[in-house]
Amino acid sequence: MDHFSQGNINYPPQPRSDAFSDPTTQTLNPIVVGSSVLAIKYKDGVMLAADTLASFGSLARFRDCERLYRVGDFTVLGASGDISDFQYTTHLLDTLVVEEYYTNDGHVLKPPNIYEYLSRLTYGKRNKFDPLLNSYVIGGFDGGEGFLGYVGHLGTSYQSSTIATGIGAHIAQPILRKVVEGRENTITEEEAIQVLEDCEKILYCRDGRSLNYYQRAKITAQGVEISGPHKVEGDWQYGVKFGKYGNFK
Amino acid sequence: MNPVALYNHDAPISAAQQHQFDPYEMNGGSSLVIKGADYCLIASDTRQSDGYKINSRYVPKAFKLTETAVLATSGFSADGLALFKKLSQNLEWYKHAHDKVMSTPAIAQMLSNTLYYKRFFPYYTFCLLGGIDEQGRGVSYSYDPLGSYGAEPYKSVGHKNQQGVQRTDMSLDTAISIAKDAFTSASERDI
Repeated sequence: MDHFSQGNINYPPQPRSDAFSDPTTQTLNPIVVGSSVLAIKYKDGVMLAADTLASFGSLARFRDCERLYRVGDFTVLGASGDISDFQYTTHLLDTLVVEEYYTNDGHVLKPPNIYEYLSRLTYGKRNKFDPLLNSYVIGGFDGGEGFLGYVGHLGTSYQSSTIATGIGAHIAQPILRKVVEGRENTITEEEAIQVLEDCEKILYCRDGRSLNYYQRAKITAQGVEISGPHKVEGDWQYGVKFGKYGNFK
Repeated sequence: MNPVALYNHDAPISAAQQHQFDPYEMNGGSSLVIKGADYCLIASDTRQSDGYKINSRYVPKAFKLTETAVLATSGFSADGLALFKKLSQNLEWYKHAHDKVMSTPAIAQMLSNTLYYKRFFPYYTFCLLGGIDEQGRGVSYSYDPLGSYGAEPYKSVGHKNQQGVQRTDMSLDTAISIAKDAFTSASERDI
């Protein structure tokens, strides 16, 4: 007679985690997701843009979701992909920033530290088969110049003067590269705003999971400034309108 | 509820939907190593790509391990970086334990062990290790992702064609110019 099972058909407990059992995982299916994040380096630092839509499948579920997040004094984290995983990540980073603050040794988390932390975090989670299903863009200002890095859900990371995630990597990245590459130290704030706005507009027209409201973050020697939501006007005329960048004729 | 309904075999059976998480990605890249009598040349391109996308044109994947050893990787970039960090840490520990820097042939064996340690969840990296041994001779090794390795006088991984090559002894200058030609022609063919 089994006196301890208490109706639990799994009694006695079976070993769950031998080498041949499935690993424990949480989210392998993204549910509420954000679309592209765009970012460029320019004269004064780094600028990021992301629309404010969090989609639930093809439903435009949350239209006021902020996907640009300030971390410390000189970093902005942008994320596409699963929003709940993004919120978990911002929670971890907040904890980290608070710990650094009360340690009170004069050290603060700088963009490269956050970039490294996120790449180790995502790589560690992929090793556990429990990935964070986000693409992160880390924009910041450090050592007198802009910092721009990418971290993917497998732990892949790189730095570049233009970064676009999601469908923006296909649609916006070529435009951003054409405008920015080789001119990182000459592009003005107005020019940076213009190209990001143009890309958001094109994405709003081409990306079925996008929205005509976006936030913009500017990280310069003066610190972080997140603005918006800004509205872009959809232009549903014939596509020659986009010929400005020579991509569509 | 009628228990028979639970076993209604006439009902259409749909296969359980499963999402298979793929923990790997191919970030490409090509590397080469040419060893000479008293030198070893290791080169890697710096492109990181993902399918048809180019992530960045400057992400180095050749790493300096010691003053006399360089590791060149290609394959999954995150694994390459993790492997490099692991080797660097082991080299640091070795230095503190033995008060000397690990020799390049010893690093070659350690790299093999490090790769094989992850035999059942491998580092998806194609490694080349090159350097100078304790006698001042050039040495070079190539690896598969599981850790099989061998010493080879010249080797390329990635998108370089190595068919029909012949071994010739050459000077470092000749080797450098051949390496540059190899990268030029590889980059013309690899999109």
